[in-house]
Amino acid sequence: MINYIWLFFIVSSVVIGFFTGRLQEVGDAAIEYAGLAVKISLALIGVMALWLGVMRIAEEAGLVSLFAKLIKPIIKRLFPDIPPDGKAAVDITMNVSANALGLNNAATPFGLKAMKELQKLNPNPDKSMASDSMCTFLAINTAGIQFIPASVMAVLAASDSSNPAEIVAPCIVTTSIVLVIAVIIVKILEKLFPEPAKSLKAKEENSDA
Amino acid sequence: MLKEVLAVISVSAIPALLLVITLYGAFKKVPVYEAFIRGSKQGFGIGVRIIPYLIAMLVAVGMFRASGAIELAAEYLAPLLSFIGMPADLIPLAIVRSLSGSGALGILGEIAATNGGDAYVTKLAAVMTGSSETTFYVLALYFGSVGVTKFRHALAAGVLADIIGIFVALAVGKLAFG
Repeated sequence: MINYIWLFFIVSSVVIGFFTGRLQEVGDAAIEYAGLAVKISLALIGVMALWLGVMRIAEEAGLVSLFAKLIKPIIKRLFPDIPPDGKAAVDITMNVSANALGLNNAATPFGLKAMKELQKLNPNPDKSMASDSMCTFLAINTAGIQFIPASVMAVLAASDSSNPAEIVAPCIVTTSIVLVIAVIIVKILEKLFPEPAKSLKAKEENSDA
Repeated sequence: MLKEVLAVISVSAIPALLLVITLYGAFKKVPVYEAFIRGSKQGFGIGVRIIPYLIAMLVAVGMFRASGAIELAAEYLAPLLSFIGMPADLIPLAIVRSLSGSGALGILGEIAATNGGDAYVTKLAAVMTGSSETTFYVLALYFGSVGVTKFRHALAAGVLADIIGIFVALAVGKLAFG
């Protein structure tokens, strides 16, 4: 699927760029964004190392498992396939909390650490295939939970808005609704397109019965 | 009031977290410096591993934006979307918000500059931007970091939620400011 989407972006960019006379810009953008991707990755190394270091302290101090106990009930419902008091559960919670607070610099390292833990628990024999838990986690992340849209308020303030903060409440309401919808969608899709391992198991159970 | 509380939290959350965790670690007799080094060593590997995935996705999105495809799509979608009450000014934003965060902020800036910071359409655009996440970037980054290339239903869920999110933002914006 991602192969087709990627192909679509590349092919349509070149074809449309040809007809709009922006072929030069398309080529420039390809080079520019390749550099940008490396810049982002390198910048991420610093914050990644910082948070992974701090979280290691929390882990060795037993803080992580303490925290995990508190969030167990929610994790159990959303992520039935992972141990509810394990590392993955904690990293997921830290990522969501940091996102909600608008701390993007902390959210991404927690999120990537969560993915690493989820990959260890991935039941698919083919590890390049996403697990149900990964899909649920990403649905939560792409829904864009954010309680403080700081950059948006900055843009409004720059254009002489009389009260940039008035968009905070509508944004919270919107992202909350979208989050719930995203989780419902991902759970429905998960049933429609089960993990290969799970559909095999379901078949076996059916034949037993 | 809510804004002040949220602002205080966002300013103090990182220092507070650093303080609480290192102090608790020391209290539990963890060798804090050595533990920090053990953990942070893994940061480099993840940062390097995601580079090819990010290049693939950002180059594709960058080319797409540069080609004028979004303006073209906005033109064709305009009659359909104005039918459901979406101002034409917001159509490019609706498409870009899933692709590029800086792009979405740029369009919001344009809308605010042409219509004024207090205009209804500016507020709608602000809610639409503030409630969005760059789905394609997040998928490439998170899946790339663990070498997953078969996204399964995560892609459909992300894109569907984005599309629904546009309408939720419009509806909530209408209720709040309309």
